Amino acid sequence: MSAATAADAPIVVERLVKRFGAFTAVDGISFRIDRGEIVGFLGPNGAGKSTTIRMLCGLLRPTAGEARVAGFDVARESERVREHIGYMSQKFSLYTDLTVAENLRFFGGIYRVPAALLAERMRFVIEMAGLTGREEALVGTLAGGWKQRLALGCAILHRPPILFLDEPTSGVDPESRRRFWDLIHNLSSGGITVLVSTHYMDEAEYCDRIALINRGRLVAFDTPAAMKRDFPGGELLVLECDVLGAAFAALEAAPGVRDVAAFGNTLHLLVEDREGAIAALPGYLADKGVAVARIEPVAPTFEDIFVQLVGRKEAA
Amino acid sequence: MRVRRLAAMARKEALQIWRDPRSLLIALLMPFMQLVLLGYGVSLDIKHVPVCTFDREASQNSQDLLKHFQASDYFTIAAVIGNYGALTGAIDRGVCRLAIVIPPDFTQRLSTTGGAVVQGIVDGTDTNTANIATGYAQAVVARYAAGARLEASARQGAIATIQPVAMQSRVWFNEDLESRNFIIPGVIAMVMALVGAELTSLTIAREWERGTMELLISTPVTPMEVMLGKLAPYFAIGLIDAALCLAFGVFWFGVPFRGTLATLFLATALFLVVVLGIGYLISVRVKSQVGAAQIGLLVTILPTTLLSGYLFPIDQMPVPVQAVTYLMFARYYVTALKALFLKGAGIVDLAAPLAAMALYAAAIAFLAARAFHKSLD
Repeated sequence: MSAATAADAPIVVERLVKRFGAFTAVDGISFRIDRGEIVGFLGPNGAGKSTTIRMLCGLLRPTAGEARVAGFDVARESERVREHIGYMSQKFSLYTDLTVAENLRFFGGIYRVPAALLAERMRFVIEMAGLTGREEALVGTLAGGWKQRLALGCAILHRPPILFLDEPTSGVDPESRRRFWDLIHNLSSGGITVLVSTHYMDEAEYCDRIALINRGRLVAFDTPAAMKRDFPGGELLVLECDVLGAAFAALEAAPGVRDVAAFGNTLHLLVEDREGAIAALPGYLADKGVAVARIEPVAPTFEDIFVQLVGRKEAA
Repeated sequence: MRVRRLAAMARKEALQIWRDPRSLLIALLMPFMQLVLLGYGVSLDIKHVPVCTFDREASQNSQDLLKHFQASDYFTIAAVIGNYGALTGAIDRGVCRLAIVIPPDFTQRLSTTGGAVVQGIVDGTDTNTANIATGYAQAVVARYAAGARLEASARQGAIATIQPVAMQSRVWFNEDLESRNFIIPGVIAMVMALVGAELTSLTIAREWERGTMELLISTPVTPMEVMLGKLAPYFAIGLIDAALCLAFGVFWFGVPFRGTLATLFLATALFLVVVLGIGYLISVRVKSQVGAAQIGLLVTILPTTLLSGYLFPIDQMPVPVQAVTYLMFARYYVTALKALFLKGAGIVDLAAPLAAMALYAAAIAFLAARAFHKSLD
């Protein structure tokens, strides 16, 4: 990278559009990501997260708009882009009929990691992924968490300044997910810029900034704290009761309640006046035959934020 | 193009072949299976054709003629029959392919000017065998007739009458007219086509099916590196298989190899470029392994079997089909192989087929190099 491009943001996206026939997968997204940031791409399945990441990796050609990664245009200079990125695709895409070491050696060769450094880098990746002692195991025989960490390892073997991770934690147990995010934080503190997509709303907390995306559009782009602070449209209560379905229907028509959403076996209510609602709603529900076990203020989760920003229907 | 990436690609591909039992089986066992099947199973020679005889005269002369059939390597007397009904039955049941009927007035007519007539009834269901058997039978009868004429003129007092014309033929290149010598060189072409098209047609399709392609094309590897890296191990397998076929053919089946190894290597390398390139092109276009394998079979192995002159002589095909064979790359390789093995043809003699293959190889390589794009679109 030249000095001029290094000074620029590593990822700049301007009105990016991708259409597949009549379907618009990505609909005019713009954002920029600074060096060393971890940006979480959040949204439901089919929101356009993967399509955007694939365009940024030069795998799909944008229909309109432009994007620069590491200072290179993703459409016209995709080969230059590829030299500066590491990519982990949504579907596991290492060679399952090769061993751990053979996969690493293959990607080391493809990225032309200097031979003198390769052994050291491979050792680092194997340790990081917790695969010590399994170097000669066929990748197909590894459990999910290990595969995921090895895939990350293959993506960073050549020390790319920018990392694209497409739903790296999907289908992995919670312990492995937490471990994975620790790894991402370590990489980011080393100056690597990370764009990571997920449909686990709780993982938003681990990101420096969050891009909320829905139906191909960027709904919000901010830090997790700012998003919670600016939670739109009122105050949030959590309510526990005996008959959830009846309560849900009754509350939708209740005065002062703007919105109701189910969260597991509780309901989240968006109300105009918190104190008033806590005082009035148990009585209102008792008239409808619903006994309230608990009603109290709650801090919004990203699921609440998402529901408020894009509407209940799409979040479901 | 970077040697490092090319080497990584080739190494990875070789490991995958090594770990895939199906590929290994095709690569290593197929040459032997083909050679054994075709070396032992297919014989175009016609020997020991079963014959039934119906001698209606039963004279010294008629038995004499039948002894000529008995003595011939080409015929075996399967049954001696006493009436037409039994003869028809014998042909129907397949006891014999040819029946020789000697008329009751055979001896008498031998001495007339018109000469005697012997009836031959041929089972024409297999036209090729029928034609050849008829030819052999005519030859046997002609030899008997020549002997009989000599005897007759001797009896009339003429001394040492000579036969008017006789052909002394000498067979070149395949002196014993062993069809094996004609088939085995062609088997190399079959094996090359099989390895080339069947194995390589899977390489790109496999990456798409397993989802590894998405990661591969996100790396800086170039399409040229992908192609050459992927094909290199198959090229090596092809050459190894050619060497196995050569050794097996020469040392086991005793097929002569009169050409030079260098020319054989050149012809084989050119042919491999063509079939590997075609397999690769199919693989790029057809993103499923099963589909790719089937198309591979269709465009390489079928023409190699049917239209290369490997088993079925091109000059006996209908003219339009002959024209089509000029488009079949396998034709040139089979021509070169047969000439190399049997005639000991040198590089100069083979300039035409080699040039045709080189042209083909260049065109296919050009198309293959441009076929693969690093894109998911």
